[in-house]
Amino acid sequence: MRIAVLSGKGGTGKTLVSVNLAATAKMSIYIDCDVEEPNGYLFFKPEDVQEEAISVKIPKVDNELCNGCRKCIGFCKFNALAYIKDKLIVFDEVCHSCSGCVMLCPEKALSEKEKIIGRVQKGTSDQVAVYTGILNVGEASGIPVIKKLLVENKLKADKHTFIDCPPGSACTVIESIKDADYCILVAEPTLFGVHNLNMVYELVRLFGKQYGVILNKCLEEENPAEKFCLEKNIKILGRIPFDTELGTLNSNAEIAVRKSEKYLDMFSLLLEAVTREV
Amino acid sequence: MKIAIPVDEKDMGTKVCVSFGRTPYFLIYDTETKKSTFLDNSAAASAGGAGIKAAQTIADNEINALLTPRCGENASGLLKDAGIRIFKTINVQAQDNIDDFIAGKLSLLNEIHAGFHGHGGN
Repeated sequence: MRIAVLSGKGGTGKTLVSVNLAATAKMSIYIDCDVEEPNGYLFFKPEDVQEEAISVKIPKVDNELCNGCRKCIGFCKFNALAYIKDKLIVFDEVCHSCSGCVMLCPEKALSEKEKIIGRVQKGTSDQVAVYTGILNVGEASGIPVIKKLLVENKLKADKHTFIDCPPGSACTVIESIKDADYCILVAEPTLFGVHNLNMVYELVRLFGKQYGVILNKCLEEENPAEKFCLEKNIKILGRIPFDTELGTLNSNAEIAVRKSEKYLDMFSLLLEAVTREV
Repeated sequence: MKIAIPVDEKDMGTKVCVSFGRTPYFLIYDTETKKSTFLDNSAAASAGGAGIKAAQTIADNEINALLTPRCGENASGLLKDAGIRIFKTINVQAQDNIDDFIAGKLSLLNEIHAGFHGHGGN
């Protein structure tokens, strides 16, 4: 089964949860879809890493053929094209590779060229297959990299697959959860945390996904995120305490469940809770 | 010659708009006829590349000089291609900038930023 891990903002504990669940599940797949700043590999330190470049198609103009009709300019929602002094200009880094301009050009003045925008890496860490997507700085969209990561793993649904999503609820997150059987929403015990939880909560509902919440950084005092879950009748899968030992392990890029029986027990219970839900 | 300024309002008492790409209007002033017109900036609500689209509008309207507080690199590159010079505004009011431009008090805008691309810059 494929389990996606989301949160409304960075730093709530998506990577902590997905890395430790994948390590707990032993024979599993971990996919880091946070392609703008992937960090799961820092914990897994995968071996035998293979790498593949990811490219997209962007338009190339033949100004000999262009007659300045501007159909392409009118079509491009991202304003990646301009026509100045009888010359069509393409802004490569603004283009989102939809190919619309190429299809529309009545003069066949636009063709496509390949442009490398990032790469995917595959390695292993114990029995976990670790996949990482890396988008080059300044590129418009990480979607092509995420697509590649997930297509690779579509056929391996027999293993537990953990998808570490980008933060927030934008299109890269939508792409990441597309084929997920279950979504884990990680939330912090603050008002701000509730606001961010609500964003991803609305997203998973919109896509008709099954979901549950893991409350991270839990303290003794009142937890607004927990209150939100109780009010909305959202399944709470488990609680991770605000724990300096866990924080230290994590900030040293250690996988807590591989270091301590205590955390292995904690994440085993979380994994059981998730498995029961799917 | 024709000069263009990004402005907040459609009247001569308007202030200069801080954003070139997402300004609601351009004030076009013809130094020969002394006539002013206002142009809606269709790029204002763009998903992205607002500066590119705004530069296209300026180029299409045969402007000779743009007076703006800021300009991103994509837009400035296109304006340069179109042979339009970019001057830095020094006053809050659009009219004061026109007067100072005519008096030769405005200098060329040198600090071209890399573009905000939806991040800050307000």
